[in-house]
Amino acid sequence: MKRPSAHDTEVAIRPARRPLFGDVNLGDRLAQSGGALIAGIVVVILAALVLQMIQASTPAFSKFGLGFLFSSKWDPVKDDYGALPFLYGTVVSSIGALIIAVPVAFGVAIFLSELAPSWLRGPVGFTIELLAAIPSVVYGLWGIFVLKPFMAEYVGPVLKSTLGWLPLFQGPYDGLGMLTGALILSIMILPTIASISRDVLRAAPPTLREGALALGATRWEAIRYAVLPNVRSGLVGAVLLGLGRALGETMAITMVIGNKVDISASLFEKSSTMASQIANQYSEASDMQLAALTEIALVLFAVTLLFNVGARILVWRTGRMPGGGRSA
Amino acid sequence: MSMMMAQSKSESQPIPVTPPRAAVAPGIKMEAKGLKAWFGKSQALKGIDLPLAENQVTAIIGPSGCGKSTFVRCLNRMHEVVPGAHATGTVTLDGADIYGAGTDPVLVRRRVGMVFQKPNPFPTMSIRENVLAGLRLNGRRPADAAALVETSLRQVALWDEVKDRLDRAGTSLSGGQQQRLCIARALALEPEVLLMDEPCSALDPIATARIEELIHEIGQRYTIVIVTHNMQQAARVSHYTAFFYMGELIEHAPTDRMFTQPSNPKTEDYITGRFG
Ligand SMILES: Nc1ncnc2c1ncn2[C@@H]1O[C@H](COP(=O)(O)OP(=O)(O)O)[C@@H](O)[C@H]1O
Ligand SMILES: [Mg+2]
Repeated sequence: MKRPSAHDTEVAIRPARRPLFGDVNLGDRLAQSGGALIAGIVVVILAALVLQMIQASTPAFSKFGLGFLFSSKWDPVKDDYGALPFLYGTVVSSIGALIIAVPVAFGVAIFLSELAPSWLRGPVGFTIELLAAIPSVVYGLWGIFVLKPFMAEYVGPVLKSTLGWLPLFQGPYDGLGMLTGALILSIMILPTIASISRDVLRAAPPTLREGALALGATRWEAIRYAVLPNVRSGLVGAVLLGLGRALGETMAITMVIGNKVDISASLFEKSSTMASQIANQYSEASDMQLAALTEIALVLFAVTLLFNVGARILVWRTGRMPGGGRSA
Repeated sequence: MSMMMAQSKSESQPIPVTPPRAAVAPGIKMEAKGLKAWFGKSQALKGIDLPLAENQVTAIIGPSGCGKSTFVRCLNRMHEVVPGAHATGTVTLDGADIYGAGTDPVLVRRRVGMVFQKPNPFPTMSIRENVLAGLRLNGRRPADAAALVETSLRQVALWDEVKDRLDRAGTSLSGGQQQRLCIARALALEPEVLLMDEPCSALDPIATARIEELIHEIGQRYTIVIVTHNMQQAARVSHYTAFFYMGELIEHAPTDRMFTQPSNPKTEDYITGRFG
């Protein structure tokens, strides 16, 4: 048997001449054009939606002009409409929800990302995220059957006897109204804010926390002075995303807010939001009322869009900046 | 310069040793006894007994993953900060067990300072605030903050470079300056022991030389433990060297003896570059 010579080996491994022409990138190109097509469809649908809404609300806009936003009339008999009570209801219920939810959500986020023992982080985090998956209507039912009697029997009287001198807690309270609406909303936005802030805190470079701890900071001091200042914009973003959800939330709040067209300083009073008003009246409305409702929808869409875009920009900035992004 | 040499140098030559000064018989500042450490279920330290000489520089060397960082982090109770990590055994500081019942890790860390591998000045703080950060975090107000900032920055030879821009962000400095700032930040708390975990590995050769000079100077006044990948560096800056391998302490000796006549064949293999 002949030992293979160097020459033989060379011949054996020399590759066949490979073609320079042909189509090996077909898959890439298909994926690319397919993706572009789908993305295009999404944009077209969004644009069509907005155009459709603008068109449908034109009668109301030409009749009431900008005064629509400042009128508190809602009179289907005289066909005279204004959005102010709903704007007010949406803003107050959402801000109320933030006031209740943000401290709790930040507490949960700090606990989950910094303080909780590692075996507890998964289960608690999962439970919080599960809260976000509960359908809105279930929250609404729970609000009617559990929260309403609880508020009427316990929370209402306690607030009245302690803070009853404030204009916020005046008049009768049967468990439905602005306060109950804000509370339901706060529970619904809690998981959003908590889980995003937890992720923001986790994304903070561990070197900051360790640097502070190594200087003899307590765990709380390390969070307060080394971690939080570096993730401020991310946390603001988390709050804005929660706010965006509160602004647009419909089903649950329609079920507990009382649906009264009214502007009142008292949180015990029944009220309406933009979303709840649309949900309540859309099926029976026609002509000018329908146009007015559509205009409310358009306003709501604009407001929500604004908050979402702002929030995403903030979260994105935090993720990109060295050191976790500082707001200064 | 030094780091590059370390990599390119022919491996079999003995490393020239010029210790900062002869190791005198010193007291023991800290001592680990039977120190074991875990990350979850995996054990990173398998029973370390190692005394650390007072006002001397001890270098920790060994291949990646052998437990050097874990060891120094056990010396100021930073190991347990990692979720799921724990340690057993004793570590004494002036004879008192820092793992003893009722010992507060926060108080331990104020006496045993630490400098990390990657410079980590607080990005939202100015240079001045970074130096004072330790005091502020501990809720203390220095009687004369300006003087403390100056002495701390002078100790690390950074004062002249930054005295006109103390209000600029700490992160606006170069890497080497940032690392010196972090050392100044640790020194402002007047620790008794300073732990340095590969403090030069993210720095260029010139910045490395500055830090080594600095270790020479402050090594007279502080008990220093320095982890290093670089054996020339260990030889240059330390009085004692400890060689770790797979979570165990293989050898601990005065640095000149360790590098000229190691007593364990594993040590010899490592310092002659046969592995690691
Ligand atoms: N955060 C961590 N979680 C789990 N295992 C770790 C962690 N940090 C280090 N280890 C493991 O512990 C051992 C020792 O690591 P370390 O002390 O960082 O080594 P060195 O500093 O000598 O390179 C290694 O096996 C490493 O994989
Ligand atoms: Mg290490």
